[in-house]
Amino acid sequence: MGENLENINPKLYKKLDNREITAEEQDEGIADEFDAREIFDIIRNINDPEHPLTLEELNVVEHSLIEVDDKRNRVDVKFTPTIPHCSMATLIGLSIRVQLLRALPARFKVSVEISPGTHVSEAAVNKQLADKERVAAALENSMLLGVINQCLMPKD
Amino acid sequence: MGTLELKQKLSGHRGRVWSVCWHPKGANLASCGEDKTIIIWGSEGLKWVTKMILTEGHSRTIRELAWSPCGNYIASASFDATTAIWDKKSGQFECNATLEGHENEVKSVNWSISGQLLATCSRDKSVWVWEVNDDEYECAAVINAHTQDVKKVRWHPHEEILASASYDNTVKLFKEDLADSDWSCVATLSSHTSTVWSLSWDKTGNRIASCSDDKTVKIWREYKPGNETGVATPNNEPVWKCICTLSGYHTRTIYDIDWCKSTGLLVTACGDDIIRVFKEDDDCDPHQPSFTMVCSMDSAHTQDVNCVQWNPVVPGQLASSSDDSFVKIWSYNE
Repeated sequence: MGENLENINPKLYKKLDNREITAEEQDEGIADEFDAREIFDIIRNINDPEHPLTLEELNVVEHSLIEVDDKRNRVDVKFTPTIPHCSMATLIGLSIRVQLLRALPARFKVSVEISPGTHVSEAAVNKQLADKERVAAALENSMLLGVINQCLMPKD
Repeated sequence: MGTLELKQKLSGHRGRVWSVCWHPKGANLASCGEDKTIIIWGSEGLKWVTKMILTEGHSRTIRELAWSPCGNYIASASFDATTAIWDKKSGQFECNATLEGHENEVKSVNWSISGQLLATCSRDKSVWVWEVNDDEYECAAVINAHTQDVKKVRWHPHEEILASASYDNTVKLFKEDLADSDWSCVATLSSHTSTVWSLSWDKTGNRIASCSDDKTVKIWREYKPGNETGVATPNNEPVWKCICTLSGYHTRTIYDIDWCKSTGLLVTACGDDIIRVFKEDDDCDPHQPSFTMVCSMDSAHTQDVNCVQWNPVVPGQLASSSDDSFVKIWSYNE
């Protein structure tokens, strides 16, 4: 299937080490706010739709491009398509969105956007991903949901 | 400052509640959402209770519903690309007609004041006008004026003029040309910088309020040919101008707006979980009006507020619906 890929030889990036769980985090008595690293851990292992690699390995998601304001219920994720004309950008953004919708408490307002300047249709993709009505309609499409679930399926 | 007093929190839906609509007599409320059901609520004494649950009309999310002006019919718009018409000729509400034709999700449905026309709009970018004759529904027009997903359709309060709001950032107005009975776009209201989610006419039909993903509300006014203000009207058609922008109040997308026909109050539903009420200032210039926010109900719901609607009969009574699966009944007090 190599010839059908848009980006045949994507650059690979080193993965972050696993996060160390502190004693404080293990203490159920202490209220533990969500931080950027936890959000990163929720989305780092999402599979790329084309390659047998994770979004972290392709540098599509990065710890530094995640902002969290737990008190104000905000999670903002920026992602970087591997190439500026990537036709999978909306699907990747949708996968990140769905993963966060499933993992986070409903109080969070999640925004998923393309890193500024990294995609030719950045504004159009961002508008689509921010439209919850269109996202809801897309997720009722069983074919599309199947593809997204494939991306979200953990390996091993 | 006014206050919004929560009268009752209605539970019954599973998942997101997209829309609520008051019966024209104001004693019943209908709601719909992602659970594909319509719930009809009625008051018993001081309490609101479930009167009926309508199921099996749609195979996907029900996005919006509308009571006919006579109160005998409900139209429901669904992501399954159809619009269902429900009536209770048999005593119970039943789905007795299904309007097909849109290519994909139907986003909104609305009856004209005469009840003789029905409008629907869809992600397929089109607006359809249906003629109603003895329970037969015939497509009178397919209007392809918008360049993107159409989010909302709303008829003029007295005339057969239709307004639509779209993902293409505009509001458009449509009218039938009596010479060839063709429906065409007679005005495009451009000023919003992102999706226009909803709109509401004022009681006169001379003004429209629109709300958008750009976090603003805009007030538009019609200037007819020969108007005293001197606004030019090329082609002898009325011209609509944005005469006021309410910015800086909403922190996220504004999903719905309703302009009360009796009190003149504006209410908005926002993605920041807040319901806000605005009142027009008494002594303002009608061509440059100003509005004051008279109420901001923080955490009106625990998630996005999707829909707000004033009771058409009981002044100050308000219904809202949210992603948090609840419908709420409020009372606004000055």
